[in-house]
Amino acid sequence: MKRLLILGAGTAGTMVANKMRTRLPESWTITVVDPEEKHLYQPDLIFLPFGRVRADRMERPRRTTLGRGIEWIQEAVDRIDPDKRQIVLGESTLDYDLLVIATGSHIRPEETPGILGDHWYQSVFDFYTLKGALELRSALSAFEGGRVVVNVVEMPIKCPVAPLEFSFLADEYFTKREIRNDVELIYATPLDGAFTKPVASKVLGSMLGDKGIQVEAEFNAGEVDGEKNILRSYDDREIAYDLLVTVPTHMGAQVIEDSGLGDHLGFVPTHPNTLVSKTDDHIFVLGDATDLPTSKAGSVAHFEAHVLAENLVRATEGRSLLEDFDGHANCFVESGFGKAMLIDFNYDVEPLPGMYPLPVVGPMSLLKETRLNHLGKLGFRWAYWNALLPGRPIPVPNQMSMTGKRETAASAA
Amino acid sequence: MPTAEYAGNVVELNEEGFLVDSSEWTPEVATGLAEEAGLGPLTDKHWTVLTFCREDAAQQGQPPGLRRISKLSGVNMKELYQLFPKGPGKLAAKIAGLPKPQGCI
Ligand SMILES: Cc1cc2nc3c(=O)[nH]c(=O)nc-3n(C[C@H](O)[C@H](O)[C@H](O)COP(=O)(O)OP(=O)(O)OC[C@H]3O[C@@H](n4cnc5c(N)ncnc54)[C@H](O)[C@@H]3O)c2cc1C
Repeated sequence: MKRLLILGAGTAGTMVANKMRTRLPESWTITVVDPEEKHLYQPDLIFLPFGRVRADRMERPRRTTLGRGIEWIQEAVDRIDPDKRQIVLGESTLDYDLLVIATGSHIRPEETPGILGDHWYQSVFDFYTLKGALELRSALSAFEGGRVVVNVVEMPIKCPVAPLEFSFLADEYFTKREIRNDVELIYATPLDGAFTKPVASKVLGSMLGDKGIQVEAEFNAGEVDGEKNILRSYDDREIAYDLLVTVPTHMGAQVIEDSGLGDHLGFVPTHPNTLVSKTDDHIFVLGDATDLPTSKAGSVAHFEAHVLAENLVRATEGRSLLEDFDGHANCFVESGFGKAMLIDFNYDVEPLPGMYPLPVVGPMSLLKETRLNHLGKLGFRWAYWNALLPGRPIPVPNQMSMTGKRETAASAA
Repeated sequence: MPTAEYAGNVVELNEEGFLVDSSEWTPEVATGLAEEAGLGPLTDKHWTVLTFCREDAAQQGQPPGLRRISKLSGVNMKELYQLFPKGPGKLAAKIAGLPKPQGCI
């Protein structure tokens, strides 16, 4: 028997494992390796700190997300040895014929001096982990006023709109608690605006302004002084806080670094259109683990998985690979008070206003706040467990399309 | 697209002031762009960074991000902020005649 081995059964690994069940010849087995008992629906982490979802509803036993016939080894991979086509798990090894790396990206608060320490989970919090989001929920419910600073330490981060969504939801949360006038909200980012791409950055930036959220742009956090409650940048700008919500540096999984397969952040150099590793034909990379210049998002993993599944089949047959992945990303941006926006883009085209997936009728509006987009965001929860993870098709095109979009002066330039 | 001239070198710039074609770059262009950005005369340390950025971009096909510069050029983060204030990744790329780093989204 030949083995397709998938490292990491998060969003990306699970999707591709389930897709491959019906696509590989009988002589192949599918094995996934992931140490975690449960699968977490990460998009709900933005709602959890505000008590809008229940933590136990966000997780499901991993076994139930993996289709029949898929072998799951509940252990952490320690090392990948591409020359021997083997992985190391504690004392044992496992051979593979084709390898998919889907070990995700993870926060590394220890990269910024002062984040971890006595003040961690007292006045300094993350919301990118279940533990962090739960701790932050307690802190927020006890918060009666003062300055809340949301800080993105450095790019890239997964779901780059999540810190913005968190800020919008915080505005709503404090408004509903009738203490908004006593709370100062600050958004500190290393980018030169709210977002990386000009048109969306303008729209999102003016939304922050309308909601009274102050933006500190080009702010590169160098350290946190937990004693004095000060966030300091490399060029010695200081922001005082009462509550610091940090989105720490992200890196690929430790195993990537330990195996010498990553770039300076532990992301795996990946061919942008085929998803094969740049250093080894038997290794493919999917989801947040890649070094590709597109969003680290579940929707991206979904569009990638479509191309990857085809390329794994081709690799088993020794055929040339499909170069179809275009960097397509499609994200709902929750904007508070029951509304959301939708953005759709790829390697070359930035998010533009218009309708999606069909011109004029939509039903979703691009780059515009609507109630329907909010329902779309909530619907994504259902689609995640029932369509995305099982690897079923969803009714949106895999490649980005210009249909229904309006080019603006800035985007046409 | 606007053009600019630095010591006889004519280059095309985009609306954010980045070179449209990085092969039009010369050291004189860098000096001119640095002056416009209010950097004052370029020091050896500046040149270490600029040279690293150009060589790395040629190899990688994209301008290096800030962390990559500080890790591989031998110039640390604090110094980078002194040399290229505010957004060192962006400013170094601009003066090195490279596109704006994507910062990955
Ligand atoms: C707050 C927040 C909000 C988000 N909102 C959205 C959204 O609205 N829309 C959207 O599309 N995306 C969203 N995302 C992003 C989305 O969750 C991720 O992009 C997606 O989960 C990436 O899938 P992945 O499989 O690459 O990584 P993950 O799903 O993180 O999975 C990685 C897996 O690898 C495993 N692993 C790690 N190391 C090892 C090892 N050594 N051995 C074996 N296994 C290992 C882990 O246990 C994990 O199960 C959000 C993320 C966050 C944090």
